[in-house]
Amino acid sequence: MSAPTRVAPSGAAKPSVKSDEGPSLIEKVLQVRSLGILAALIVLVVVTTMQNSNFLSSQSIRDILLAASIVGVLVVGQTVVMITKNIDLSVGSVLGLSAFAAGSVMKGADGAPIVVGILAGIVVGAICGLANALLVRFGGVPALVVTLGTMYIFRGIAYLWAGGEQITADEMPSNFLKLGTATLLGVPVLVVVAVVAVVLAGVYLRRYRSGRDLYAIGSNGHAAELAGIAVGKRILLAFVFSGAMAGIAGVMFAARFGTVDAAAGSGYELNVIAAAVVGGVAVVGGVGTVWGAALGALLLTTINSSLPVLQINQFWQQAIVGALILIAIAADRLLAVRAAQQLRKRSAHVD
Amino acid sequence: MSVPPAVPLLEVRDVTKSFGNVAAVQGVSFPLYGGEAHALVGENGAGKSTIVKMLAGVHGPDTGSLLVGGEEVSLGSPSDAKARGIAVIYQEPTLFPDLTIAENIFIGTQPRARFGMIDRGAMNTAARALFDRLGVPMDPDRLASGLSIADQQLVEIAKALSTDANVIVMDEPTAALSGNEVERLFKVARSLCASGAAVMFISHRFEEIFALCQRVTVMRDGRHISTSELAGLTVDDLVRSMVGRDLGALFPKIDVEPGAVVLEIENLSRAGVFSDISFQVRAGEIVALSGLVGAGRSEVMQSAFGVDPRDSGDVRVRGKSLRKGNPKAAMRAGMALVPEDRRQQGLILDMSIERNATLTRSSALARFGFLVGGRERRSAYEWTKKLQTKYARITDPVGVLSGGNQQKVVLAKWMATAPSVLIVDEPTRGIDVGTKAEVHRIISTLASEGVAVVMISSELPEVLGMADRVLVMREGRIVSELSRSEADEEKIMFAATGSEAAA
Repeated sequence: MSAPTRVAPSGAAKPSVKSDEGPSLIEKVLQVRSLGILAALIVLVVVTTMQNSNFLSSQSIRDILLAASIVGVLVVGQTVVMITKNIDLSVGSVLGLSAFAAGSVMKGADGAPIVVGILAGIVVGAICGLANALLVRFGGVPALVVTLGTMYIFRGIAYLWAGGEQITADEMPSNFLKLGTATLLGVPVLVVVAVVAVVLAGVYLRRYRSGRDLYAIGSNGHAAELAGIAVGKRILLAFVFSGAMAGIAGVMFAARFGTVDAAAGSGYELNVIAAAVVGGVAVVGGVGTVWGAALGALLLTTINSSLPVLQINQFWQQAIVGALILIAIAADRLLAVRAAQQLRKRSAHVD
Repeated sequence: MSVPPAVPLLEVRDVTKSFGNVAAVQGVSFPLYGGEAHALVGENGAGKSTIVKMLAGVHGPDTGSLLVGGEEVSLGSPSDAKARGIAVIYQEPTLFPDLTIAENIFIGTQPRARFGMIDRGAMNTAARALFDRLGVPMDPDRLASGLSIADQQLVEIAKALSTDANVIVMDEPTAALSGNEVERLFKVARSLCASGAAVMFISHRFEEIFALCQRVTVMRDGRHISTSELAGLTVDDLVRSMVGRDLGALFPKIDVEPGAVVLEIENLSRAGVFSDISFQVRAGEIVALSGLVGAGRSEVMQSAFGVDPRDSGDVRVRGKSLRKGNPKAAMRAGMALVPEDRRQQGLILDMSIERNATLTRSSALARFGFLVGGRERRSAYEWTKKLQTKYARITDPVGVLSGGNQQKVVLAKWMATAPSVLIVDEPTRGIDVGTKAEVHRIISTLASEGVAVVMISSELPEVLGMADRVLVMREGRIVSELSRSEADEEKIMFAATGSEAAA
């Protein structure tokens, strides 16, 4: 740890940095965006709690956070892919396959350290992601179509592997299942995993060159190639990352529910994309943050839990999610138009 | 000018490049010396873009070699070219609209602080320093989306500066710039040369080439014609070697006795854009709308055609009033508008040449509401042939054509409707001399056949060469009307700027 020796230079650089820092227009827009989701979340929680004060009980919060953490991990991978103007529809199937892989490994090797199960899930996920990546890169087919295909293929493999059986909690070692219930300083480990994933991916996307490359690719792919960005490699890695995140989510799924069958994670892909879109990640690429997407995931999960409390028919749940997506897109459009107007008024020249 | 050093910063030696069995470039060689601006000229399709792409590392030459500082190199990718100190400013800006200006400049080379994280503060400071060097302060933290073409070009130039490139290739950087902006660009180019860099400059405007460059390479049909010092050459020399023949008059104006009034515009106004515009155009007459960029010329004609709204005033074709905001009615009345930006407004780039050329008449060509291939194709063949459009297959997307040929497709599309009023907005922008003359010939022929032509143009030679009457606009008003015999460059500039000094 050479941190102490580095204090002087970074300290010296500070003054000039400070004077230049100030929220840029895009930051302001994104802040408004995130604040909107946050506000919606707060209103929802307050209204639901007024209906039933148990909604804010620690058990209830815990359940919501646990559910959100699995979608949250998926949405991190999805956001990275969507920023490059691609999409990964296979994440639900990859989650199922990884969950089953993790469960099988833990079941087969009695007493093996749980790391083996975790790694198995991640590796299976990453391999699925690599398959997507190679098909997208060398097949010359849009990611939407490729991952639609692999969504069915991965699911099919899971069914073939499971052969109609399921792995139940009593077949898995208890220390693996404990992952699903363990806490770190009172916070469930799964939630910690999701938060760490969001923070790391967020910092990476915002502060690292290769992270900015992803935005550049989604913003103008042709220009990205001309700028010397390794477009193919970056997109490939984005898909592998999304697969690996789905693998982690699969392990989390297995640990949390204890029972895994071939249908695990069915339909998650749309929840994940919905969360990302509600959270401000543009389907057309180049725009969005993992913070926003994670907030979107939290909002959608909270809605799921609050509707029964509010005694609203479950039937409405999907309609509400749909409406939220439309509202989110309309809000984005509005903000974009506003921002464009502002930019027109304010010339780029600063004197 | 200083004597160039013996070893060029970059040398292109006998390069060849074919696409399929079409040779785009054959045996081209030229040196780029430090401290010199080197012009690359040739008609569209002469292979200039292919050369640019070779220098940019997008295409590798099939045979021949590129030498950087006397050493043979292979540029396998744009990042290779960047690493060798070659920066390319493309004709069409290649910015990332969702990133900030500073990020656009430093993409891939952002200054980093602890843990390899991007230091945004340092990046913005560095960007500001670059803009100071360029003499145009821009906000580095603003998103690139919505920047004007000139500002986008500035960002591209800042990008080139940021890499400390010593070879800067500018592919028609001035095509969309106004006079001041061109002057600013030249200042930058000259200071780059003064600091020892080599600039390669591609333009269709000879006065710019003579103003900036010391050396010129001429290409024709993919072949190398000549490389020589510019001093001692004339525009005629260049044109001759570019087209390989003496160009007939660049402005083949046919004298026509104007007929009856066809288009009447009366008191046309649109708040904040233009006001009280009145003029008439007779059959066979070419009326030029001149003025500075932003004077409201295009807006007047777009409003008359009905694509833009109007607040008040009347537009009549052959005495019949046109409803406002209704381009279909205008088309029915015999009006045709060839827009300024053919790529955005004039063509659907991904669609075939055939379909683009017949788009204005698709309902007339359809049978029972269905477009059956044969008629559409025959009509497209007929019109593209009349205009001598060069293409490989008529089913190719129109976007693959050169600028001049794209413009011909737009013209074909409108000529097929047999218009009585033709509005052309910057008809020859970004088009090489040979094709320019052809476009002028087409317009002139149309006028001689009795079409009333309104031509909006920023190129004074074109205005003076083609127009029977010149209307000069300034700040949304017509400030002067000059007949063909009265009009000259000074009078037009005087009226357009409203001050003698600016001319």
